[in-house]
Amino acid sequence: MTSEHSSSNTWPLWEVFIRSSRGLSHVHAGSLHAPDATMAVRNARDLYTRRNEGTSVWVVPADAVTASDPDSKGGFFESAQGKSYRHATYYTKSEGVKHL
Amino acid sequence: MSFASHDSATKQSQGDAITAEEIADSGATASEDVARYALILGDDSLMLAQRLGGWISRAPELEEDIALANIALDLLGHARFLLTYAGSAWGKSEDDLAYFRDEEDFRSCRLVEQENGDFGTTIARQLIFSFYAHELYTRLLDSEDRTLSAIADKALKEVAYHQDHAAQWVLRLGLGTEESSRRMQSGLDSLWPLVEELFVDVEPIERLEGVAVPPSSLREPTMRRVAEIIEEAGLTVPDAAPAYGGDRRGLHSEQRGFILAEMQVLARRHPDATW
Amino acid sequence: MSADVTSLQDAREDAQAGEARFEQLIADDSRVEPRDWMPEKYRKTLVRQVSQHAHSEIIGMQPEGNWITRAPSLKRKAILMAKVQDEAGHGLYLYSAAETLGTPRDEMYDQLYTGRAKYSSIFNYPARTWADIGAIGWLVDGAAICNQVPLCRASYGPYGRAMVRICKEESFHQRQGWEILHTLAHGTEAQKQMAQDAVDRFYGPALQMFGPPDADSPNSQQSMAWNIKRFSNDELRQRFVDMIVPQAEALGLTLPDPDLKWNEERGHYDFGELDWDEFFTVLKGGGPCSRQRMDHYRRARDEGAWVREAAAAYARREAAPQAGLVGA
Repeated sequence: MTSEHSSSNTWPLWEVFIRSSRGLSHVHAGSLHAPDATMAVRNARDLYTRRNEGTSVWVVPADAVTASDPDSKGGFFESAQGKSYRHATYYTKSEGVKHL
Repeated sequence: MSFASHDSATKQSQGDAITAEEIADSGATASEDVARYALILGDDSLMLAQRLGGWISRAPELEEDIALANIALDLLGHARFLLTYAGSAWGKSEDDLAYFRDEEDFRSCRLVEQENGDFGTTIARQLIFSFYAHELYTRLLDSEDRTLSAIADKALKEVAYHQDHAAQWVLRLGLGTEESSRRMQSGLDSLWPLVEELFVDVEPIERLEGVAVPPSSLREPTMRRVAEIIEEAGLTVPDAAPAYGGDRRGLHSEQRGFILAEMQVLARRHPDATW
Repeated sequence: MSADVTSLQDAREDAQAGEARFEQLIADDSRVEPRDWMPEKYRKTLVRQVSQHAHSEIIGMQPEGNWITRAPSLKRKAILMAKVQDEAGHGLYLYSAAETLGTPRDEMYDQLYTGRAKYSSIFNYPARTWADIGAIGWLVDGAAICNQVPLCRASYGPYGRAMVRICKEESFHQRQGWEILHTLAHGTEAQKQMAQDAVDRFYGPALQMFGPPDADSPNSQQSMAWNIKRFSNDELRQRFVDMIVPQAEALGLTLPDPDLKWNEERGHYDFGELDWDEFFTVLKGGGPCSRQRMDHYRRARDEGAWVREAAAAYARREAAPQAGLVGA
């Protein structure tokens, strides 16, 4: 917990991730406030799985998330552009050949 | 192709747990004694659900509004199962029993009828009741009565969460601030004389061996576990004598009349109506 | 010094690039996400709209919540409890969306608490009878859904996502309200009267939920240009009226508007002028229950303060396991 939180009575923000059924990954569902991790996971259950949306819940302190810089979007993700040879659809010679 | 569906976090389903309607349709008929036993359990759940419902929009934080509403909904569900089953003995519906019985016909204990008080008092009641209910339903699973056992199976899973919710809050209030510790202790102190009524073997439980769980047998395990939580939270297990009149008959309580006056007012004004 | 000048220039260039990218996102009808550059006015507009929306959900718990303890059957009690609980949840989703714009929830709470924030006027009307619970579900939630479905495509990503979740859950709200009224309308004479009386009282205020006529709604145009709002107040109101007329017929109840009739030429229902004096009176805090709603909200916040404080104190203590040793 950061000092910013520990100096106030405000409950910190948590990001909630829900696994909707076995075999699927956890997906970001939203966020909530809770005094600590123990309560956060319970609050997440109460808030985000009222209609059987989940079989597993993760909570992460919102300020523990490190994100890429949106301003460098062009540069940060440019490298992946134009490299179609990374995708199976790039290879056309095998069309019509089975199991390939 | 990805296995992670885009909106999987909002995928809803209804689940397949037991419902009051299924119990009504099952054709299972309770005997007079079983019905009277079911009323004891059902009335407790109903009164507590009614009280907890009063917290919605008044909780200390939004997340807690939702938590208390979930618990109230679970308890209301248990009440509906039990009242529906009890009604099968007399050809009555859950609503006949909830809305058209008079004060002296209810069998709830005084603990669940008390006003909510502050959050500390409500949590004190949740602690005692949820630990009691957990012991109760754990044992009721083995009931020879298949309907009661099925109800216990559903209720047990839910009260396990109520227990956890209460224990977490007792710790936080007990160890939080001076004020919260004082209020939590005061909540326990004020309710303590009413605890014993949960464990009295009232009529007709003694005649229902193998079907009902004798409340007296729940006293020791419930109170041992409740005491553990209280002590872990730095609080004192109150030393208060049971209040006189703990027989669930409501002859020694002022709260029941007020709860029913509110709960039943509309239904009784339109006795021939359906809703 | 020169470093400062450079960084200032960098910042200006970043802002220019950000603005261009923002305009492009809007032009492409794409989504703006929390960490994107956005015009300050866009941010402010969103915080205001999303937080007002959240406040409306929270205050909206009260009129219906007041019937939880009196619901006339156990099934209706459960439905109502689940519905009011959903409203708390919707408030929470919306506060979360607004928080991604940099305004902490406590600040929004504070705006509501001190009376600086607005919420939907409809909740300043009393829910006097059980039929009001039906009318609120059918008309008030119905109007809200009309408003909210297009908001699922709002240009601000977190708002749109919150609305998707809310709309999914709301669908039960309107239906349960309609069902309550349907049961009453087909019940005893007293029940029928109760249903009609509720519809009579909620019809006008529900239509006013879409806001003042377009000509008197100065903020709407900018919101539409930014793809926050997709349809104008009057368009949505018309859509709603067209929807509820056949629904009222199916209920066997009448809508209290003598000017309501089908206009073949327009392909829509015409309806009478709404009482905008009433609207602005209630909007300015003069609603029948305005004071009561605020007092209820403030009392709950005040009475919960010690609990929030205790939980925060406990968390601090747990986070610092050495703390116990200090006194030892």
